Amino acid sequence: MNRLETLFKTKDQEIINVYCTAGFPELESTLPVMRSLQQSGADIIELGMPYSDPLADGPVIQSSGSTALRNGMTIAKLFEQLRDFRKEIAIPVILMGYMNPVLQFGFEKFCKTAAAIGVDGLILPDLPEREFETEYRAIIQKHGLDFIFLVTPETSEERVRKLDKLSTGFLYAVSSSSITGKDKDFKAVEKYLQRLQNLKLKNPVLVGFGIKDRQTFQSASKYANGAIIGTAYIQAIESSKNIEATTKLFLESVLK
Amino acid sequence: MINSITSFNKGTYKQPNIFGYFGNFGGAYIPEMLHRNVEELATRYIDIMYEEFFQKDYHALLKDYVGRPSPLYFATRLSEKYKTKIYLKREDLNHTGAHKINNAIGQVLLALRLGKKRIIAETGAGQHGVATATVCALKGVECVVYMGVKDIERQAPNVARMKMLGAKVVPATSGSQTLKDATNEAIRDWINNPNDTHYVIGSVVGPHPYPDMVARFQSVISEEMRWQLKEHTGNELPSKIIACVGGGSNAAGAFYHFLDDLSVELIAVEAAGLGVHSGHSAATTQLGKPGILHGSKSLVMQTDDGQIIEPHSISAGLDYPGIGPMHAHLFESGRAKFLSAKDDEALQAAFELTKLEGIIPALESAHALAALKQIHFKPNDITVLCLSGRGDKDLNTYMKVMNVNAE
Repeated sequence: MNRLETLFKTKDQEIINVYCTAGFPELESTLPVMRSLQQSGADIIELGMPYSDPLADGPVIQSSGSTALRNGMTIAKLFEQLRDFRKEIAIPVILMGYMNPVLQFGFEKFCKTAAAIGVDGLILPDLPEREFETEYRAIIQKHGLDFIFLVTPETSEERVRKLDKLSTGFLYAVSSSSITGKDKDFKAVEKYLQRLQNLKLKNPVLVGFGIKDRQTFQSASKYANGAIIGTAYIQAIESSKNIEATTKLFLESVLK
Repeated sequence: MINSITSFNKGTYKQPNIFGYFGNFGGAYIPEMLHRNVEELATRYIDIMYEEFFQKDYHALLKDYVGRPSPLYFATRLSEKYKTKIYLKREDLNHTGAHKINNAIGQVLLALRLGKKRIIAETGAGQHGVATATVCALKGVECVVYMGVKDIERQAPNVARMKMLGAKVVPATSGSQTLKDATNEAIRDWINNPNDTHYVIGSVVGPHPYPDMVARFQSVISEEMRWQLKEHTGNELPSKIIACVGGGSNAAGAFYHFLDDLSVELIAVEAAGLGVHSGHSAATTQLGKPGILHGSKSLVMQTDDGQIIEPHSISAGLDYPGIGPMHAHLFESGRAKFLSAKDDEALQAAFELTKLEGIIPALESAHALAALKQIHFKPNDITVLCLSGRGDKDLNTYMKVMNVNAE
């Protein structure tokens, strides 16, 4: 059983997945940030691989990516930083990024390396399901990685079922068809999540985009297995002098 | 069959397969947030475009509003200079000054058929932004144009035109603050407004069906060229067609109806900037590798780590780090020949055409003109060069050259 499966088996409520950008705020922040997240009670770490043209991210996350790129972050450098991370990080870690840098690194080499160092799954929002099925799924599965698709309020029921079927690990429910970090009308979000819940999907559902505090987290957790926080956390650590303390405070404010 | 997508596995030169691939390039590499809009477009564009009423509206506007057909002009003195026969396809005479209006009219009409109330667009030099703002003014539709902060500074007259036409010009402040970032911002706007908005992409780039749809709207250029050539020369087919390529929409339009006539040599001219290997260039077929940019697989200028490189060209319209998937396929298959022209060569060519023919070309088109020096012509060759736009917008750049020469 892999780490994501084990996690959802032991905990199916109020799962918190925190997004952070690799190499942000400093090039060597990647591991300290991951360590702090684990210590402060994060259930999953979603590690963003910076890209020059991140279509599905909002300005805060794009800007953190630009900083990381300026810091010298690359996929090769990230794998080097993560080489021994399983000696200290036990919670599931998934990599999130865009197809182009992964293709340049070499898709198979990427999956093989990620799996070898102990990464659990991938989110590549611009990999369409047709190409996933025809070209990439076999490679991803061969290396035992989970692959997580996104669904939005605009995704038809038929398509949600299809993407759920193709996903392993969990399903990423974008809380509104919009960019990360924007304020949401949570009533509408709750209605949408209820709709998803009624579909009785095979995968656990985590809600992303627009989760920023205790209230939005609880609201999202009511109809889903938990949520993903990105923008708010990036903002919190952006100018932090003490990542460990900031992360602890941040997660306390969301969880308690 | 022109009005349906081929089911051939690899697509043809002209048409992609049902998944949007021209050979190895194309597709729709988009996040789920864009899926419904792009899927709606992919399912419906062909049916709408070839509807009788749509065709009537579209062609009436092209004729009475744009001023089509654009003339095919035999450039006597230019021909004498290169000892061959050169015709200019005068897209520069279109309303708003370039070929961009052909696509803007088509897409805005299509958006209205889809029930959309709001139009967004990206622009680099401002030509596509002006064309889109123009059609939106004509139809009374809300228009928002994304433009890189750096381009807003460089292209002040076009920014003023868009504003006068009633469009909101939004500065793209992310990344390198130029065309590719304006495109990112426009895509984000579309993600945030999934129900009432249509995104008018200005070139043969983006996720399927955009490359095919834009090529079809621009194909009016080569449709006219065929009968105009027949009138002028008695033969529909030229020996060569030359067009500049940034994303590649005027080239796609000029090549389109000749793609399957293999006797016609197709020549695409990219912007080499300060020199192909100077580190300041936009010659994508020479510098790019297969990759994914703005939703399709194509040739892309990028670092070894897969980050997109900011290109350089004196012409803002060619300043793009990719090319459309149709062109990537034409390049890979060898169907089209790709040349490049440097900034100074384009400038020289612009002055040459102005002096010989009394036509001031856009800097983009000047790259196609600059390639004349690199091509071997036979006296009886018939060449059509697509003069994609006029040079009014580039007067500042031209004036700088004149001032330097006067010193």
